[in-house]
Amino acid sequence: MQTGDVAARLITLAFAAGILLVALLLVRELWTSSSAARHDLGFGFLKSSEWDPVTEKFGALPFIYGTVLTSVVALLISVPLGLGAAIFLSELAPAGVSNALTFLIELLAAIPSVIYGLLAIFALVPLMRNHVEPFLKTTLGWLPFFQGRAYGVGYLTAAVILAVMTIPFVISVSRESLLAVPREQREAALALGATRWETTWQVVVPYAKLGILGSVFLGLARALGETMAVTMVIGNDPKISASLLAPGYTIAAVIANEFTEATGKIYPAALVELGLVLFGLTIVINGVARLMIMATTRKGSRRS
Amino acid sequence: MNGRLMWRKMVNGVMLSLTGVFTVATISVLFLILGYLVYYGGRSLDWNFFTRLPLSPGEQGGGMANAIVGTVQIVGTAAFIGLPIGFLAGVYLSEFEDRRFAPLVRYVADLLNGIPSIVIGLLAWSLVVVPMRRFSALAGSIALSVMLVPIVTRQTEQFLREVPSALREGALALGASKWKMIATVVVPAGSKGVLTGMILGVARIAGESAPLLFTSLNNQFWGGFTQPTASLPQMIYTHAISVYDDWHRQAWAAGLVLITLVLVANIAARLVLARGISVPRG
Repeated sequence: MQTGDVAARLITLAFAAGILLVALLLVRELWTSSSAARHDLGFGFLKSSEWDPVTEKFGALPFIYGTVLTSVVALLISVPLGLGAAIFLSELAPAGVSNALTFLIELLAAIPSVIYGLLAIFALVPLMRNHVEPFLKTTLGWLPFFQGRAYGVGYLTAAVILAVMTIPFVISVSRESLLAVPREQREAALALGATRWETTWQVVVPYAKLGILGSVFLGLARALGETMAVTMVIGNDPKISASLLAPGYTIAAVIANEFTEATGKIYPAALVELGLVLFGLTIVINGVARLMIMATTRKGSRRS
Repeated sequence: MNGRLMWRKMVNGVMLSLTGVFTVATISVLFLILGYLVYYGGRSLDWNFFTRLPLSPGEQGGGMANAIVGTVQIVGTAAFIGLPIGFLAGVYLSEFEDRRFAPLVRYVADLLNGIPSIVIGLLAWSLVVVPMRRFSALAGSIALSVMLVPIVTRQTEQFLREVPSALREGALALGASKWKMIATVVVPAGSKGVLTGMILGVARIAGESAPLLFTSLNNQFWGGFTQPTASLPQMIYTHAISVYDDWHRQAWAAGLVLITLVLVANIAARLVLARGISVPRG
C-alpha cells in the first residue's frame, strides 16, 4: 500500500475508534459521577422504595417500577397495532402505496419527543381524564389496575403516548423482516389452499418472528429511555401503585425534573446512578434486539 | 366442510381488514398531530415570535427570537463537530473494513444510537458543565454531537456500500490508489445518500430536548457559547408545563415552528434521495 492509503486508513480508523472511546467515556463518567451514591447507599439504593431528598432518603424502586410498567403497557398497545400495520404494508398493499405510507410513518418517527409531550398535555390528558379513565373505571373497575381517582396524568397516559411513539419503530423493523421472507414460502402455503391470512399468520410471521421480536425489543429500549413526553404526563409522584390510573414517576423523568436542582453530594450522584441503571437496562435490551434483527435479515437474504 | 371454509374466509376477511384499519389509524395520528399544531400554533404565531425576546406571562407581544438563534447555534456547532467525525468513521467501516475491528465499531455505534438521550445529557454535563462550572451552549452542542456521530456513521457506511463495485474496480484498474479511488469515485457516487443521512441526522438532533436540560439549560435573553442558551425544544417544554395561558400559546407557536423545520428537512432529504439518484438501489 502507498503512504496515502496508509494515512487515509489511519485517519478514518482514528475516527472510528473515537466512537468506541465515546462509549467508554460514557461508562466511566457515569460510574465516577455516581460514586458518592454508590458508596453511601450501596445495594439498598436498588431495593428501597422511599425517595425523599430532603431527608436524604434515596430509593430507586419507584422509578424502575414506573419505567418498566409504562414501557411494557405501551408495547402491549403498540405491538399488535404495529405488527398489524406492518403486515398490511408488506403483504397486502401494492408496492407504491406501501412505500408512500411507510414514508408517512417515518415522518411520525421524526416528530420530536417534546412535541408529543405538548400534544399529550393539551389533547391526551383531558381526553384520558374526562372519557377514557372514567370509562375504564366503570367497566373494569373491579380490577386493581383501574382504581382510584382519574387524574388524567399517570402511568396509563404515559403508556399511551409511549405507544404512539414506539409504533413507527415496530412497524418499520417488522416490515423489513416480513419483506425479507422468501416469496416461495408464501407461494407454497397458498398453493396448499391456505387463505391469505393463514399464509401470513402461520407461515410468513413465524418465519420472520426473530426480526419481529427484535423490533419489539428495539421499541422497548426506546420506550424505557424516552424522557420529555413522559415527564410531561407521568404525574411526578415517586410511589409504587398497582393502579394504572395513579400518577407515578420514571427514571428519565426524575433525572429531567430534579437534576438541575439537586444539591449536596449524594442527591446528584443518586440521580446519575439512576441514569446508570437506565443505561444498563437499555444496553442489554438493545444488544439483544440488534442480535435478533441481524440473525433474521441474514437468514432471509441467504435463502432468497 | 362448507361451513369450515366459510369460517376460514371470514377470518381471512376480518383480519386482513383489521391490518388496514391499524395502518390508517397509525397514519391518522400523524395528521392529527399536524392538525393540532397548525390550528393552535397558527393562531398564536405572529411576526413578534421571530423578532422579539420572551416576555413575562400577561405581557403581550413577546417572541422567541433568542430560542431560534440558540437552536441554530447549538445545532450548528453540534453538526460542525459531529458530521466530519461520523462521516470519516463511516468511510472506515465501508472502505477499510477489517474483520475484527469494524464489526465491533458497528455494534457499538448501534448501541450508542439506542442510548437514551437523557443519559447522553449526563455525559456532557459531567464532561463539560462540571469542569467549566457553568451551563453553556457548547455543552449542549457536545451532547447533541454525541448523538449525531453514530447516526451519520451508519448512514454513510450504508450509502457508500451501495456504490457498485464496478466503479471501484474501474478506478483501481486505471491506476488510482485506494484513497484516491475513495475520494474521487466512491464518495462522489454515494454523496446524495450521505447528504440525506446527514440532513436526517441533524433534523433528529434539532428536536432533542432531554440532552439540553442540564447542558445548555435555558435563557430568557440572548445566550452565547459559554452562556446558558435558549433553544426551541427547551422553550416548548418550559412553556407547556407552565400554568399561564399566554405561555401555552407561545409553546404552540414554537411547536409549529419546530415541526415545520423538522418535517421540511425530512421531506427535502428524502426528495434529494428520490430524485436523480446517483447510485442504483436494490
